[in-house]
Amino acid sequence: MFRTPQKVLTGGLALLFLFPLLWASVASVSPQAGSAQIGGWGFGNYRTLANYQAGIGQYLLNSTAVSLMTVAFTLLVSLLGGYAFAQFRFPGRDLLFLVTLAILMVPYATLLIPLYVLLNQLGLQDSLLGLALVLTMFQLPFATFMMRISFESVPKDLSESAQVDGCGTLRTLLYVLVPAVKPGLITVGLFAFLAAWNDFITPLVLISDSAKMPLPLAVANMRQQVMGIVDYGATEAGVVVLALPCVVLFLALQRHYVRGFMSGALKG
Amino acid sequence: MSVATPLDVSERAGLVDRPAPARRRALTGWAYAAPTALFVLIFFVAPILLVGRMSVSDWGLFAGNRGLNAPENFTDVAEYRLFWPAVWFTVKYTLVTTVILLGLALLLALIVQESSRWTGFLRTSFLVPSALGLASASLLFYALYSPQSSPFGFLGVSFLGTPTAALWSTVALIVWRFAGFYMLLLLVGLQGISADVYEAARLDGAGRWQTFRYVTLPLLRSSIALCTILCVTGSMLAFDQFYLLTKGGPDNSTLTIVQLIYNFAFFGGNDLGRAAALSIMLLAALLIANVLQFRGLRGKEG
Repeated sequence: MFRTPQKVLTGGLALLFLFPLLWASVASVSPQAGSAQIGGWGFGNYRTLANYQAGIGQYLLNSTAVSLMTVAFTLLVSLLGGYAFAQFRFPGRDLLFLVTLAILMVPYATLLIPLYVLLNQLGLQDSLLGLALVLTMFQLPFATFMMRISFESVPKDLSESAQVDGCGTLRTLLYVLVPAVKPGLITVGLFAFLAAWNDFITPLVLISDSAKMPLPLAVANMRQQVMGIVDYGATEAGVVVLALPCVVLFLALQRHYVRGFMSGALKG
Repeated sequence: MSVATPLDVSERAGLVDRPAPARRRALTGWAYAAPTALFVLIFFVAPILLVGRMSVSDWGLFAGNRGLNAPENFTDVAEYRLFWPAVWFTVKYTLVTTVILLGLALLLALIVQESSRWTGFLRTSFLVPSALGLASASLLFYALYSPQSSPFGFLGVSFLGTPTAALWSTVALIVWRFAGFYMLLLLVGLQGISADVYEAARLDGAGRWQTFRYVTLPLLRSSIALCTILCVTGSMLAFDQFYLLTKGGPDNSTLTIVQLIYNFAFFGGNDLGRAAALSIMLLAALLIANVLQFRGLRGKEG
């Protein structure tokens, strides 16, 4: 199908896409003036990163805590919500579903300005919990939609026969339906993790205490540390630390993720 | 839906053999939907109402609410000297990005359309940048473009020094980050076109270009529409890439609307009222843009 000239051309294109990532990985350990790694190859830039202000450990911890809380809240809320929307009829069901999807239509900035005030009133200013709750809200349209489809594609007989056997709705959900909607849960969890790990503008607006910043914000701030002089080596190291979990997760789950798209969740 | 009497009566009469009475089932449904409802109310509906109120109030970042002042925030924003340049730049950026990004994504999707080991490698290469966060990608390109660390230093080009260069450098970053994602969406559409259609076109003597123009493109309409709407929306709300790469510079030439909102609220402005007014205007612009796109894309179909 692909003859040699076409292989060279398309391969060149692929390299163009891979180049920035490869370059950042190599540059972060290569010698460079104005960074901690001046002579020879090594991990000097990563040491700079490790010792920056509160230490990279603190920022990694913040990012991990926010991401895990967001994943947990998103999974819990969308699992219960998807179940409700797919298998129950109740007054206000369609309205609630539409309002949940409407979150997609509203710019982040439009919501963050009032949320900044609102979180203060709730006593959640400058808190990782508040940040995770807001990030969960941003995930709900996709997560609820995905879980509703997942529950709707489970054969009705499955839950009905469980209930005939005497299971309540909660036990039916936990023991019969959760295994059936597992692929949906994995997709929702992966998206929630990537979104929370990478989000920039939400913590930029909501978090001002530098010890509570997630990693993207810390790496971005690190650039302005020394009067106008930017430590590019440390920035490259920061990018590598930020990108690594995402790329690994992506490659590990690629089959699942690409097939999920291809199987037609978005068709029609 | 009303859950009133008729069912209740028949239930009491024992005429219904459902697993649970309809009213109880509705209550159970509500109980499962309650967390969603709480989240939506507290973190979405309440902020929307609040931003409306803030937009017509004199509301300082530290001072808080100092009473109504409508429509001062809106007129102040519209008269601000950087308002129209920011609107114009955001529109220009949206058009440039959407055209280039979707064109390239379509090309990539056509290249990797058929499954083989080689296209599998190509797909993965094009998709890997999509795994990165936009902020991480922006920081990466910040180092890639900087004269001190750039591997392109020998070219002697200033990537972010002039308004035009800054715009194109940012577009390059966005294309790199998102081309694979849109390629995937278009690939879904391409796989939905049955082989029979291509076979029929071939039998009718259609060439490669004719097949693409008169068969593939029309049948991809709904996928292209989805990509266009996503891309226009994302570009109209651009923030991270400009905040990290150019800080709106040089000379405020790459200031986008969301950056202006941020600046009003936190970066020197300390005026949440004006920020709220501008974000309401942005919301309205986004809704209008999406309605127009839905109309336009559906209109052509009929």
